[in-house]
Amino acid sequence: MSPRLKLFVPLGLFVLLAVLLFRGLSLDPQALPSALIDKPLPAFALPALSDEQTLSDKDLLGEPLLLNVWATWCISCRVEHPYLQRLADDGVLIYGVNYKDDSAAARDWLSQLGDPYRASIVDARGTLGLDLGVYGAPETYFVDADGVIRYRHVGVIDERVWNGRLKAIYDELTTDTGT
Amino acid sequence: MRFAAVAVLMAVFCTTPAFAVIETYEFSSPRLEARYRALSQELRCPKCQNQNIADSNAPISQDLRALVYAQLEAGASDEEILKDMVARYGEFVRYSPAASGAALWLWLAPALMLGAGFLLLLLLLRRGRNPVTDDGDALTAEERQRLARMMSDAGADDAGADKDAGQ
Repeated sequence: MSPRLKLFVPLGLFVLLAVLLFRGLSLDPQALPSALIDKPLPAFALPALSDEQTLSDKDLLGEPLLLNVWATWCISCRVEHPYLQRLADDGVLIYGVNYKDDSAAARDWLSQLGDPYRASIVDARGTLGLDLGVYGAPETYFVDADGVIRYRHVGVIDERVWNGRLKAIYDELTTDTGT
Repeated sequence: MRFAAVAVLMAVFCTTPAFAVIETYEFSSPRLEARYRALSQELRCPKCQNQNIADSNAPISQDLRALVYAQLEAGASDEEILKDMVARYGEFVRYSPAASGAALWLWLAPALMLGAGFLLLLLLLRRGRNPVTDDGDALTAEERQRLARMMSDAGADDAGADKDAGQ
């Protein structure tokens, strides 16, 4: 290497470091990829919140849907709730997983704040949550018409994340069934 | 004011023990208990990401410990339990992930970096030694004469400068 080119070595190292730091520091360290992407929903048979009838993974087939993990003890879920209601009003099919919650309190919550869910699955002991790889509420799984999990969103869904990223993923699910 | 402070302190001290309960499991054999210890050290809490599930008292860790316990008592092998956890939470959930895919880099990187370091050291050492043995360093007779002349010229100039300063 000629001495003149060697002068650029520090610059090169700096650029490399800058790129690595830019990428590394803009990643969210809490974000975890779900291990269940492109895998079918785990099998379950759990009561529904409204009428105690047993719901199973088979009942969720046929239409793309959002599976939203929520609980009354989860403060972020309360923040998220009005936007879920808006999505439901716009025709997005949402199922709830009432995660490790008191069913009576959950029913109160829905009657007071509105019920955006087609049905809520009562997961009192968190078994479905474990099978889904839930590590905190709220989490929302995007499930296609064949019952395959396509995406997992951790945290609150609001207008910004929905329009920024999630809407495109949901639209892809709905157009897939059309063809 | 003082009453309020005492009340707050009492509230704090009354509630902490309630949160600090770590459940104890009755194992059917001491060997199972040892395996439980090892597994809960190796499995990572998905919520509190820098703790293993043995150290963490997050609800999710309690659930995972209960699951490990149930599976151990049901006769599952360590590999089966780990595989089950990885199927739910990904390789992330293990503190020593399987050496495949992206995690392979984790295992290889230290060795690669050590190798690169030694290579660099070797190169630098060789470069540092070369000029001594290099014939480029030795002067020809002509160059030596020129050097001597330059040295003596410089000496004369210095002497002249001293004289100027002295005046």
